Amino acid sequence: MQVIKQAMIVFATLAFMNSAYPANAPDSAQPPQKLLKSTADHSKFKELQQEFASGPEVTKACIGCHTEAAKQIHLTQHWKWEFRNPDSQQLLGKKHVVNNFCTSVTSNYKACASCHIGYNTDGPNFDLTSETNVDCLVCHDQTGKYKKPAGFAGNPVVKDTEFPPGSGKIVKGIDLSDIAQKVGQTRRATCGACHFYGGGGDGVKHGDLDSSLEAPEKAVDVHMDSKGLNFSCSTCHMTEGHQVPGSRYAPTAQDKEAAHMRGKSDKSNPTTCQACHGQAPHKKEAKLNDHTDKLACQTCHIPAFARGDVPTKMSWDWSTAGKRGPDGKPLVVKDEDGYDTYLGIKGDFVWKTNVTPEYMWFNGKVKYTLADDKIEKANQPIYISKFEGSADDGKSMIWPVKLFRGKQPFDAENKTLTINHLAGQDDAAYWKNLNWDKAIAAGMAAAGKPFSGKYDFIETAAMWPIAHMVAPKDKALGCSDCHSSNGRLEKVDGIYIPGRGRDHIALLDTAGWALAALTLLGVIGHGIGRILTAKRTH
Amino acid sequence: MARVYIFKGFERFWHWTQALLIITMLVTGFEVHGTYSLLGWHKAGELHTTSAWALMGLWVFAIFWHFTTGEWRQYIPTTSKMLDVALFYAFGMFKGEHHPYLKTKNRKHNPLQRVAYLGVKLFINPLLWCSGLFYLFYNQLGAVGLGGVSLGLIALAHTLGAFLMLLFLIAHIYLGTAGHTPTAHFKAMVTGWDDDVNEEPLGAKAQ
Repeated sequence: MQVIKQAMIVFATLAFMNSAYPANAPDSAQPPQKLLKSTADHSKFKELQQEFASGPEVTKACIGCHTEAAKQIHLTQHWKWEFRNPDSQQLLGKKHVVNNFCTSVTSNYKACASCHIGYNTDGPNFDLTSETNVDCLVCHDQTGKYKKPAGFAGNPVVKDTEFPPGSGKIVKGIDLSDIAQKVGQTRRATCGACHFYGGGGDGVKHGDLDSSLEAPEKAVDVHMDSKGLNFSCSTCHMTEGHQVPGSRYAPTAQDKEAAHMRGKSDKSNPTTCQACHGQAPHKKEAKLNDHTDKLACQTCHIPAFARGDVPTKMSWDWSTAGKRGPDGKPLVVKDEDGYDTYLGIKGDFVWKTNVTPEYMWFNGKVKYTLADDKIEKANQPIYISKFEGSADDGKSMIWPVKLFRGKQPFDAENKTLTINHLAGQDDAAYWKNLNWDKAIAAGMAAAGKPFSGKYDFIETAAMWPIAHMVAPKDKALGCSDCHSSNGRLEKVDGIYIPGRGRDHIALLDTAGWALAALTLLGVIGHGIGRILTAKRTH
Repeated sequence: MARVYIFKGFERFWHWTQALLIITMLVTGFEVHGTYSLLGWHKAGELHTTSAWALMGLWVFAIFWHFTTGEWRQYIPTTSKMLDVALFYAFGMFKGEHHPYLKTKNRKHNPLQRVAYLGVKLFINPLLWCSGLFYLFYNQLGAVGLGGVSLGLIALAHTLGAFLMLLFLIAHIYLGTAGHTPTAHFKAMVTGWDDDVNEEPLGAKAQ
């Protein structure tokens, strides 16, 4: 008995020790060190092992080794926010266009610059030649901790700061040293930090770019599927010397090139679908390849946008802004999902998920209505950006498009769209005082444009090409989605679509069926006659 | 009158396969056209194309057969007795008269049949065949210098052909009942044997 008792104690002790020292367990062995993909471990660089008091200090350390990086950035749209359209010669880019979301960056740089890849972007004339003002971290951060809050001219906040001053709200400081030591290639989330949140929030602007693409399911995006192909943005938007191909200011609407031979020198756009898939991508059903002359791949393969459960804004009516709640603060109305359908500082919104695009011919040329262009209220809606193209110009394809509708202020006498001062802590900022007179006057003054003092609201519309959220092939559109009356392409002119009633010569159909019916009646009559006469003769 | 083996094996096979394919193509074709929704556009289009290839293959064999057997002569048009046949369908039939055209093995189609079948073979079929191939290879037309032909025009020609074929089919099926008994023609077309045929006169020629 004694022996058994002792044995039990020993056994129990051993069992306890085993669980108390999990390090001995075979499944808790040290994981093998993760292999870095990069040849440089930035945490080992002495230049980065210091406390950084500002963004530019980090950049200074970066360009100590990456000597050409900032110069390359200086040549990009990401830096200049400016783009000269080679066809129309229109001077575009965020710096110049008036949109129908927050309308213009001109007098709102301190807020808008949270999405600029530079530091100290405090006005339209910020120093474009400064290398240290290039923000390396915003694209190369791997920690997810890097933030550029609105209102700081594109600077990160390193110490806890009350903002707006006197508001009691604290913006937490971030550790730039830690972030700088962990830099790496761009990721969906780093590109997305700006491109998913354009227009003031998640999914607001594009509809085919939102935070659901940070780690999407296959059904949302077959290429970015985080458990599958797991493409990053730069897999398609493959950069060379920091130049990112694929601009929506001058998109490639039609790509007749074969798939790219990687490494082969060519000037075509590597971000088109054809750049990888070529012109005849359908192997099983060759007839589908006959569609690649007229249809953008996106037309069938992106059956809807905002498919990741993040809604996108479909319209924004600034004319109703300005209402205050019982507490005197700008009124806020939210829908059952918590999305704001009315904001006193912004007006009325319409949000939608799973949106069916509009379809139109697009030749890659986009015409913008800029701040100097004359507009007439009789021509509502004013197309702030309008896709050009037709069935017979030989350059157009049918594209899916997000048509964003708005109503925004314009100078009723000078007949131009206005630049509006929205953000800021000053008295003229609309979001502070809800006073259009002051906000427009300040915005126009900042832009150096004349303002008559009389404003009105005008309906506007903007077109956005749909190119992301490519669905898996079994979720692509089927034949009858377009080959039918009142189908997806009902409104598209200049093309014969078998199955679409309005393409028929009505006379032929009517005459054909009428003759068939007459023939049938004739033979039935003849047959009846035979039966009757047969009875009589018997 | 005698019971004569008038329709050969290939002829019957060709006739009924063609009938099946043409009916399939009419049904699927008008769905592709957008007239109704039955199989779904995708399936209708697929079946239409598959049937088209099958029918074109069959036609190649049938043309070969007609020329090697000399059966093409059955379609040489004639006006002889045409009026009689027309009058028979208009009046004689109701009076219990016998068909005025006495068919023989070498002249098995009456003058109206000859004209109708020749019309199908020389006009409706080529119209459908050509416009159908243009439809199928629309994207390759540019490569052979026909890039200017619009799909709308091709579809128009094809639809016109389809309506003509439909009219022919209705009349053809009905006239199939116009033998000496309502089922006589059908029986002959199935078994090959027709019991209302003139014995071949010596030295008779197809006209």
